Amino acid sequence: MSRPRVKSKARGAGVTTVVVLRLYIVGGAPNSVQALVNLEKICQEYLKDGYKLEVVDVLEHPRRAMDEGVLVTPSLAKLSPGPTANVVGNLSDKAKVLHALGLKGKGT
Amino acid sequence: MYRKKAAIPKLLPKMATGIEGFDGLSRGGLPRHRTSLLIGGPGAGKTVFALQCLVNAVRRQRARGIFVAFEESPRQIIANGATFDWGLASLAEKELFFLDAHLSPTLVKAGDFDLIGMLAMLTAKKEEIGAQWIVFDGIDVLLTLLQDPVAEMREIYRIRDWLADNAFTAIITAKLENRASEAAHYGFLQFMVDCVVRFEQRQDDRVSAQSIQITKYRGSGHSAAQFPVSFGPSGIEVGAAEPAEIRRGASSDRITGGIERLDAMLGGGVFRGSSTLISGVPGTSKTTLAGKFAEAACRRGERVMFVSYDEAAEEIVRNLHSVGIQLKAHVKSGLLRMYSARTEGVSAEEHLIKLRSLIREHQPRCLVIDPLTAIAKAGSLGAARTVANRLINMVKDNGITLLMTALSETDDPRAEATDLQISTIADTWIHLSYLVRSGERNRALSIVKSRGTWHSNQVRELVLSKSGPTLTDVYTAGGEVLMGTLRWEKEAEESARKGRDRAQFEYKRRELQFAEAGTRAQIKALQLDLRRQRAELALYSGENEVRNVSSSERENELRRRRSANPADVSSRKSGNGAAK
Repeated sequence: MSRPRVKSKARGAGVTTVVVLRLYIVGGAPNSVQALVNLEKICQEYLKDGYKLEVVDVLEHPRRAMDEGVLVTPSLAKLSPGPTANVVGNLSDKAKVLHALGLKGKGT
Repeated sequence: MYRKKAAIPKLLPKMATGIEGFDGLSRGGLPRHRTSLLIGGPGAGKTVFALQCLVNAVRRQRARGIFVAFEESPRQIIANGATFDWGLASLAEKELFFLDAHLSPTLVKAGDFDLIGMLAMLTAKKEEIGAQWIVFDGIDVLLTLLQDPVAEMREIYRIRDWLADNAFTAIITAKLENRASEAAHYGFLQFMVDCVVRFEQRQDDRVSAQSIQITKYRGSGHSAAQFPVSFGPSGIEVGAAEPAEIRRGASSDRITGGIERLDAMLGGGVFRGSSTLISGVPGTSKTTLAGKFAEAACRRGERVMFVSYDEAAEEIVRNLHSVGIQLKAHVKSGLLRMYSARTEGVSAEEHLIKLRSLIREHQPRCLVIDPLTAIAKAGSLGAARTVANRLINMVKDNGITLLMTALSETDDPRAEATDLQISTIADTWIHLSYLVRSGERNRALSIVKSRGTWHSNQVRELVLSKSGPTLTDVYTAGGEVLMGTLRWEKEAEESARKGRDRAQFEYKRRELQFAEAGTRAQIKALQLDLRRQRAELALYSGENEVRNVSSSERENELRRRRSANPADVSSRKSGNGAAK
């Protein structure tokens, strides 16, 4: 079962570019669950609705995850806008996540 | 009868690695369906070893394998593997799967992570290709990224369980830099796996020497010693001692060394398949004797390989030509393979590998290594010794007759014995030396030992001429050995003395004959004298008789003539008494 939960709520014109993210997780594994929670929190806080997030469960799509270069889980990929970035871990280190996604300073 | 059932030890099933030497020292290979750990410093050969196991499993057992590369990208690994004759690139298309687990240095780590996803992906891949073997290469890189001993242990356990669930025969490699901090989790890794192979690399006199050692093998006997490792055209080779038991036939065929008198000194030549060592200081004609041996073998139509170190093959052929040894034609016909190599900076192991592949290629019946001692030039003597030993064993196991030369630094034959210690392994040991006297340097040959055969105890002089080397008898005079000009002088002197003796004898004979003749003449003269004397005597006695007769007759006559009386007549008739 695929569950690409795409949140796309780019409201109105002139809104800044949409950040496209993809999170690879493993079903109910603690780190994966935590990563999802942490990411949604960060997105809510810093991107509001200006982001698209796709969540891929590696257990269900191992071939795809492999093709997309996933190694460890959880793993977050920022696909656009450039530069792209990869973050691994349960995303509990908020500062690092923000830095990697280029979101530092925004919303503060 | 009641008998207690003896417990039959259950043999641990093993998977042969196909790595030369390793299957022997591990008594069969790596544990099947279990995990083995290869630890060691960088560049010690862990990756090559692991990859070679996979390649061999694919090629020999038609198995499939997965290679998870944490440290290098698969592209790099395949490129490196292309230096061996594995055909890795084509195997990588189907039989082997490489997972690029090379973590980008720009990767940001934000919190704890795990390997559940990766293992899930690998499970999928395993099912897809039907892999039985798996390698995790450079797991230390991954563990370093976890940055948490608890997480490390958790993930190691996860891997172990996953491997067990999937019945993989697995190899995990980990870099070990001998830091105290690493000791903890490597200790744990070692505890977790069933077999631990430790790789080591050290610098020996500018040459790196690799070795491996099995430090743990759960449920199996193994050889615990450290073994040298080297990289050949087919990958890694472990210089494991040959099986302890020596199994090879012993030929009683003799072959000539090319010099008749030398053969005679050895009781008819060296045994086929034996090893002969010729030792001596530089310039004692070791190469010449080796060349003669090679030439003789070629003349018999045998394939010969002539390995020379630090001297070009062309030079050797030319130099030997000057002493009447013709090798050129045999090189041309392909019977003789000349191979020359530099020894600077090349380890003994590498020489051995090269020789092994050359032997495989040329299949010689006779092999010359000139000088074998050159392999010890770079690297440790200890390593060179084991290599020399293994080399000789390998050659003999192949039934090849070996002639090797050894350069000694001093003229003392015992000095060689302490060096590479090949003299103890060699079947025949010929020592060449110089004898310097009266401004002259001459070569002396003696046989120090020759197993299983009568051999001469005589020192012979080795004389080189345009027609080739020959051995001549030496003169021993006053406990000293004479050679060269001194020998020639001695010989000349000897023949002059003989001439003199002959003349003297003749003279004496004549003299005696003369004396005899003189005596005979004397005898003859004396005999003549005797005869004359006898004749004289006879003559003398005859005269006397005549005189006696005539005197009485004369008396009577006189008497008669003086008186005419009858008395006188009567008395004259009655003889002497009547005359009164």
